Amino acid sequence: MRRSLVILTSVLATGALTLTACGSRDDNGGGDSAGGDTTTLTIGVDAPLSGENSTTGLGIQYGAQIAVDDANKNKLVPGVTFKLKAFDDKAQPATGQSNATSITGDKTAVGAVGPLNSGVAQSMQQVFASANMVQISPSNTNPELTQGKNWQTDKKRPFKTYFRTATTDELQGSFAADYAINGLKKKSVFVVDDKQTYGAGLAKIFTEQFKKLGGKVVETDHVNTGDKDFGSLVTKIKNSKADLLYYGGQYDESALLSKQMKDGGVKIPLFGGDGMFASTYIEAGGAATEGDLATAIGVPADTLPAAKQFIETYKAKGYKGDYGAYGAYSYDAATAIINAVKAVVDANGGKVPTDMTDLRTKVVDEVQKSDFQGLSGKVSFDEYGDTTNKQLTVYQVVKGEWKAVKTGTADLN
Amino acid sequence: MNTLPQQLANGLLLGSMYGLIAIGYTMVYGIVQLINFAHGEIFMTGAFGAFTVYFYILPDGTSMAIAVPLMLIGGGLVAILIAVGAERFAYRPLRGAPRLAPLITAIGLSLALQEVVRNFYPGADRAIAFPGLDTTHDIGSVTIKDADIFLILAAVVCMAALAFFVRKSRTGRAMQATAQDPDTAQLMGIDTNRIIVIAFAIGGFFAAVAAVAYGLKYGNIDYRMGFLMGLKAFTAAVLGGIGNIYGAMLGGIVLGIAETLASAYIDGIPGMQQLGGQSWANVWAFCLLILVLLVRPQGLLGERVADRA
Repeated sequence: MRRSLVILTSVLATGALTLTACGSRDDNGGGDSAGGDTTTLTIGVDAPLSGENSTTGLGIQYGAQIAVDDANKNKLVPGVTFKLKAFDDKAQPATGQSNATSITGDKTAVGAVGPLNSGVAQSMQQVFASANMVQISPSNTNPELTQGKNWQTDKKRPFKTYFRTATTDELQGSFAADYAINGLKKKSVFVVDDKQTYGAGLAKIFTEQFKKLGGKVVETDHVNTGDKDFGSLVTKIKNSKADLLYYGGQYDESALLSKQMKDGGVKIPLFGGDGMFASTYIEAGGAATEGDLATAIGVPADTLPAAKQFIETYKAKGYKGDYGAYGAYSYDAATAIINAVKAVVDANGGKVPTDMTDLRTKVVDEVQKSDFQGLSGKVSFDEYGDTTNKQLTVYQVVKGEWKAVKTGTADLN
Repeated sequence: MNTLPQQLANGLLLGSMYGLIAIGYTMVYGIVQLINFAHGEIFMTGAFGAFTVYFYILPDGTSMAIAVPLMLIGGGLVAILIAVGAERFAYRPLRGAPRLAPLITAIGLSLALQEVVRNFYPGADRAIAFPGLDTTHDIGSVTIKDADIFLILAAVVCMAALAFFVRKSRTGRAMQATAQDPDTAQLMGIDTNRIIVIAFAIGGFFAAVAAVAYGLKYGNIDYRMGFLMGLKAFTAAVLGGIGNIYGAMLGGIVLGIAETLASAYIDGIPGMQQLGGQSWANVWAFCLLILVLLVRPQGLLGERVADRA
């Protein structure tokens, strides 16, 4: 028994040493390659890069990559080379948390872009707050992340290191409800969500607003992420005589649900949030998705004059994934961090502060003061860390492609 | 509108698919007492095999009447190859080892197959669109589509063929003998290794049939599709009495119907609203399994030991 314990301990110790060795080799490599008097600073990006949601996740990674490349090319911050380090959170909160620990543990890291999923963000916020490192999500929409648990009654910012360039579900849900009633002229809705932070939150806000505007919620149901067969649910929807299905969740389930619903003879559109606004939704659901709708934050990347160059670069580099949903927001998030570093360096007489903790703290303060023209419009943050850019767009599947049908600013009433 | 007939049809369809996959678990268990946890992934590779035939081999615009049989052959070949390969290289070397060893091997193999497909099959890191059979038919108040008809026909034909094979053919009888007592069967001149390979192959083929039906019905496949389906099919096999081929199909159908009815009607019972709906379907399905196992630990048809193969 004692001997096996000794062996186990030595194995663990060897393993730990090996890992440490790898780590330090990495760090040295970064410093050496920078050479001369330039400093290499790392920006972490965390998103699902494989499996579920990876189409949009890759859009976030490469959106930030282009921002970093642009900054390096234009020597935006003299003496500083930025390096992007991508982490795959597989849409799992636990993985996101351990990635956040890796990012904050990296001695050259100044900030992070991501994650995609609100549920993942919840587990990452505290890690970044403890390290005093800025985190900007291009896509989290859950109101609790910036405005606290009781955001409806008593707004309170939980983490001053957390920002987002995406607007919240409070606005998105209201915008969708408004369009369902006034644009689509729908009266009765069947609401389904996937019980996740994002999906359930969005469905709840939609439900409240839809009722407030005089619509009727005939029934609600919940699915599990990973469910494939919705036969029973489709029969319920059919029986409910609803004229619209609202879905709070991601495309993995909603594409299957839309297909099975239409195959089952229920010819009503499925309306969802930005979580299902991706070309994968149409690919996976096929012709059945025709006429389905989704709200998405911001305005379509293709219609942004400032994003033209960005889209060309994205396509020219042959990057995978979908830039359409969050690519431009991810670019803006990374740029906000880069600009903040520039402000800190400028204030420090053109030198990068040697104390990393000091640098990180100052970057957080500078991000809060952000005010510049990004790809998605003006980038600045309010006292909760939310973007002041509150534009939203409703998209519809027309001839197998997402087409913007209404762009506007959500107004709360 | 009375939704019961439609819900029963939904359950029967889902259950037939569970049943087809469960055959693979039950046959292998019946003969070598191994729970092949990689069987869900064999189902998954069958789907990718069929998709490869459709997308990369057949010319565009091939009629589905020709494509589906070829997809069955292609998917079947891939699934059989992987099932037999798993037996030969992963399980056979562990034949005499403690039972835990092959079980862990099976779990490892399951993860390995998933990752291999994810990393090496083009585009498999997300859902891949599979051709569908989407023409719908209304029979009374029940709406079904061509893919559903295919699934039911496939389940019936496969079960009938398997029953005939096990009862009437020489190899089938050899299988029953091996299941009863492998050592004695070997002494009587039966090549038990061959019988075991055949059991894996049949299980693999049935999984591929289920996989093609899955693709046609749901319209897309992904590398994780085998995990939950495999788990459910395993549950079906235990529910029906593991080792019994009729039990596997019966267990599948019972499970499918129970799941569907639970998600359809439980939230309508006063006071049970919170415990109903789609998201609780799995909970009720496993409650049913626990109940059945409490009353009949051998499963629904578990006592017909002589028939197991």
